[in-house]
Amino acid sequence: MISQIFILSSKGDHLIYKDYHIIMKHFRGEASKDSINVFYEMVTALSGDQTPVVMVHLCSHKDLHFIHVRQGGLYWVASTKTNPSPFTIIEFLNRLAALTKDYCGSLSEKSVRMNFALIYELLDEMVDFGYIQTTSTDILKNFIQTEAVSSKPFSLFDLSNVGLFGAETQQSKVAPSVAASRPIMSSRGEQSGKNEIFVDVIERLSVVIGSKGVLMKSDIQGEIRIKCFLPTSSEMRIGLNEELSIGKSQQKGYSSAVRVDECRFHQAVKLDEFDTFRILKVCPSQGEQTVMQYQLCDELPCAPPFQLFPSVQKDYYIVTSQLLFFTFSCSTALNVSITVPVPKGSVSMSQELSSPDQTAELQPKNKALLWEIPRFPGGAQLSALFKVDVPGLSSASLLEVGPVSMSFELAKQTCSGLQIRFLRLAPTQTGLSQRWVRYVTHSDSYTIRI
Amino acid sequence: MPYFGSEEMVKELKRALSNPNVQADRLRYKNYITKVIRYMTQGLDVSALFMDMVKASATVDIAQKKLVYLYMCTYASDKPDLALLAINTLRKDCADPNPMVRGLALRNMCNFRMPGMTEYIEQPIVAGLRDKASYVRRVAVLGCAKMHSLQPNTDIDGTIVNELYALLRDPDPVVVVNCLRALEEILKDEGGVVINKPIAHHLLNRMKDLDSWAQSEVLTFLLRYRPRSDDELFDILSLLDSFLQSAHAHVAVATLRLFLQLASAHPAVQADALLCTSAPLLATCGAASRELRFAGLCHVQQVMRSQPGLFGTHYKRFFCGYSEPTYIKFRKMEILVELVNDENVALVLEELRSYCTDVSPELAQAAIAAIGRIAQTYSEKCLDILTGLLALKQDHITSAVIQMFRDLVWFCPQSTAAVCQTVEACVDSPQDSEQALLWLLGEHGDQISSAPYVMEGYIDGLKTELSSAVKMELLTASVKMFLCRPAETQDMLGRLLHYCIEEESDVCVRDRALLCYRLLQRGVEETRKVVTGPKSDPSMSVLTGRQEEPISQWASTFNTLGPLSGCDLCPQTAVISAADQPSSSAEKELLPESTDVTLSSPDDTEEEISLSLGPPLSHETFEKMWLDLEILQRQTMGFPRPRTALDTLQAALQLVKIQTLAFTPGATVPWKAYIYTRSTGTLILAELLQGDQHAPGIDESLVVSVKQQPVNQHAIRGFVSILKGVLQTLNVDSS
Repeated sequence: MISQIFILSSKGDHLIYKDYHIIMKHFRGEASKDSINVFYEMVTALSGDQTPVVMVHLCSHKDLHFIHVRQGGLYWVASTKTNPSPFTIIEFLNRLAALTKDYCGSLSEKSVRMNFALIYELLDEMVDFGYIQTTSTDILKNFIQTEAVSSKPFSLFDLSNVGLFGAETQQSKVAPSVAASRPIMSSRGEQSGKNEIFVDVIERLSVVIGSKGVLMKSDIQGEIRIKCFLPTSSEMRIGLNEELSIGKSQQKGYSSAVRVDECRFHQAVKLDEFDTFRILKVCPSQGEQTVMQYQLCDELPCAPPFQLFPSVQKDYYIVTSQLLFFTFSCSTALNVSITVPVPKGSVSMSQELSSPDQTAELQPKNKALLWEIPRFPGGAQLSALFKVDVPGLSSASLLEVGPVSMSFELAKQTCSGLQIRFLRLAPTQTGLSQRWVRYVTHSDSYTIRI
Repeated sequence: MPYFGSEEMVKELKRALSNPNVQADRLRYKNYITKVIRYMTQGLDVSALFMDMVKASATVDIAQKKLVYLYMCTYASDKPDLALLAINTLRKDCADPNPMVRGLALRNMCNFRMPGMTEYIEQPIVAGLRDKASYVRRVAVLGCAKMHSLQPNTDIDGTIVNELYALLRDPDPVVVVNCLRALEEILKDEGGVVINKPIAHHLLNRMKDLDSWAQSEVLTFLLRYRPRSDDELFDILSLLDSFLQSAHAHVAVATLRLFLQLASAHPAVQADALLCTSAPLLATCGAASRELRFAGLCHVQQVMRSQPGLFGTHYKRFFCGYSEPTYIKFRKMEILVELVNDENVALVLEELRSYCTDVSPELAQAAIAAIGRIAQTYSEKCLDILTGLLALKQDHITSAVIQMFRDLVWFCPQSTAAVCQTVEACVDSPQDSEQALLWLLGEHGDQISSAPYVMEGYIDGLKTELSSAVKMELLTASVKMFLCRPAETQDMLGRLLHYCIEEESDVCVRDRALLCYRLLQRGVEETRKVVTGPKSDPSMSVLTGRQEEPISQWASTFNTLGPLSGCDLCPQTAVISAADQPSSSAEKELLPESTDVTLSSPDDTEEEISLSLGPPLSHETFEKMWLDLEILQRQTMGFPRPRTALDTLQAALQLVKIQTLAFTPGATVPWKAYIYTRSTGTLILAELLQGDQHAPGIDESLVVSVKQQPVNQHAIRGFVSILKGVLQTLNVDSS
């Protein structure tokens, strides 16, 4: 049972505050609005290694527990005096953040500030007397009256959609990345004609590569996520790779099969055609939802996306040269950043990079040098040479170099090979609807030992 | 900005809201109302506008109504007389043809917190319970609970309770769950809602219609149902089987908890359920939301207390991601240490080794500590890594490594030679590991050739040493060293004693120095008898190692905040520090006035539960309290009572500040002892029992029942582990 729900900005401003048991204030005399300040003081006083998820505030009557998640740079907090399931509360707060994103278009301090009336309305229907009533968009949309206010800063990129003579370029095959970040309910607005549906295959990759280039750990957590802007829901059929096999026992003889270890589906997904044709049937409700989650451990069907050939030598300086090779040819990696630990006490660094858009800097505070590549074309190979000046260099200092960690984002690419063959809406669906399928792979953790 | 000139702001809003021009323009009017709510959220007192807001509630615009209601609920208690004006509007809305308006009005009317509200809301609630629209029924059902909480001390209205029980058969799933919640609140004093067989089966059959939140809540309610027969039990379990694999972690975990509870007499079923849920649990450990990840890890740790092998093959899932926050990394390392076996030890160690050079010193030290714990089983491989780390010459690493060496020598004597060889190399120990190094030098000075010279360095620098703990350790270590290498040590020991007795200002250090001096006066043999205790205690590593706990130990806190909030700490820290306390008995005789009993303790960094004796309890007081209090913890020790004489037991307990009140003599069966102690403001009473007639199966083992006033779980755990440590040590000694 939740006593209070509140949303704070990172600076501690109160954005949303709802007290479900305020009616008891007279009789029990606690849990007043001060608890927000108590929470903020507690959360900012925490040091890095303390566990912030659950915090206890000792009250005179009964302990107040704060459970919070951080999303979009905001604190989403629930407080309770009972001892509920942490999974329920955490998942509920995440869901609240997701719904807020659906209804406001994006998740930021600004959008929450502008749409606070809408969020109050949402919360009012979602939770009554501290008990979760519903979080389904299908039900909620009947009750929500306030329209979202979306803030759109003027951007030159918007103009790129406009053709030479001011007409929209219909040929564009790629949805702009911001297309999906708009409120789902702006039905009476100027975008009323856009019946869009986005199906995203998102994978998070965590990889450890050993010192001799051996793949030591590889792990893919994937999900198929639908973001639906269709006003009425009708059945949609999503066809996955026909040769997809699930579980270790089902592995077929030929290696081309796409395999996942296990998968779990949203409870609304109908699976009667899944076993034979690998077709998911779902009636998407408005907003974002995860249709299928899957994972794959220890067996990447392809080579890991990046190969690094590092060499570290001790000279007057520590010289490390890095040769980075991007194995996927048909994709582009964005925002690649590589962190190379350097010995304690490193003073300065000189660098030789293979192209001008790359940057590298030494961060003595983090004992690391950060090499950033904004855009990395497929199949390319980059190299860099760093000379790090370490006073009092000893041979043991070399032990401190490594492991290298990378973060990146691969567009149009999944590592498991899972693909969406087709996306069909039921024929009853009238009007134009645009369907988009997007693939993206994020690095959850990509570590290369030296 | 709202905090400054707030009165001005309120006045301005008031003017605007009462301006007929604004009222005529709906959009402008609503904008001002929105503004009021915004200030309210920011903490500004806008209660002065109540009258204007009541006027604004009479509108057809539902969005505006909602805003005004939100305002009213917040300030109704401050302006009860004005709030009465709003009630008329609300009651009219309760009869509106639109169910949404009806529900909205009813919900908000129930949220008004002012005395005397009950008479206004009772009739609409009763009408709402029979409404055609499920939306209104949902609101009305919770309204019953709200009404009860307005007047918590009045008698429970039997008709409403009966009506709610009847509504458990409602076709709308949310109404059903709300009924359970409302009944639980209303009947709180009578033990909550009653789940009998028809209700339980009805709920189980409705499970598929519920959404995930309701599912996990119903599963929690079902925890209090006890099936009558095994057949019924297995029917229930097979109905719930599919929920173990639910895509929602909270449903899967709630189902698991119910399984563990229902099948407490069928360990095989419990094991199957754990196996089924291991996949969803592992998935939460890799979830995108780091908070969910943390919750998953904490629960994995709990499961591993009874089933350490369950996640063995998935150990790579617990490798730390570099961008993860430290609190997740700590949990993952704790899990990795538990999962080590012959096949994966090399990979796990390599992974842990890469954390040792992390930027965060806390993380690096935790990684070294993790390697140290693995070293208790795989000492050779770990020693290589730890020795390699010394070459980095970084203070926080070296200090952690030396402390690990000390623990290693204490737990696994076979690694002593290798450690001594390495310690030889590191003479300049950083600040916080000096004690560990000195202990090693004193205890194994015969194997470290340079030991006296290192010690001399410390003695020469004594004047600048600030910590009295280090000085005490230095005294003990020097005396020990003198016993094995007298020729090299005699001179410096003299200087040390002279300084400590003549010039030292700290009384404890001076006392210790005097003690050493007088001991030495009585002869070397006498000193040896007192100072040298056991050099290692291999039995301890068995104790700190993996014992499989019964599932029932943690099942009751599974899927609650307990595992996350950190009060569910591993007991081993307390075990180590407590078990070191009883040193040789001669020392006890010589040190009756000393407050510090950890003379030769190799452990000083661990957190201790401090027990104290306090004023003695009389038999009558003890008896009265024992009868009044509830048993908070009952634990089977798993070993019989020590075979030593009873006064030895009493003395040993006294040493760790546990007072014995009474015990049955010698070999009587059943054997009982009553003991008590105090710790940070609480009084702990306990009974030791062996050979209970009521539990014939376990008559060989000692059972401890603990009562406490006031309750402090942390202290109880500490107390039990200290007690366990003492009894275990006595058992080892006597066998």
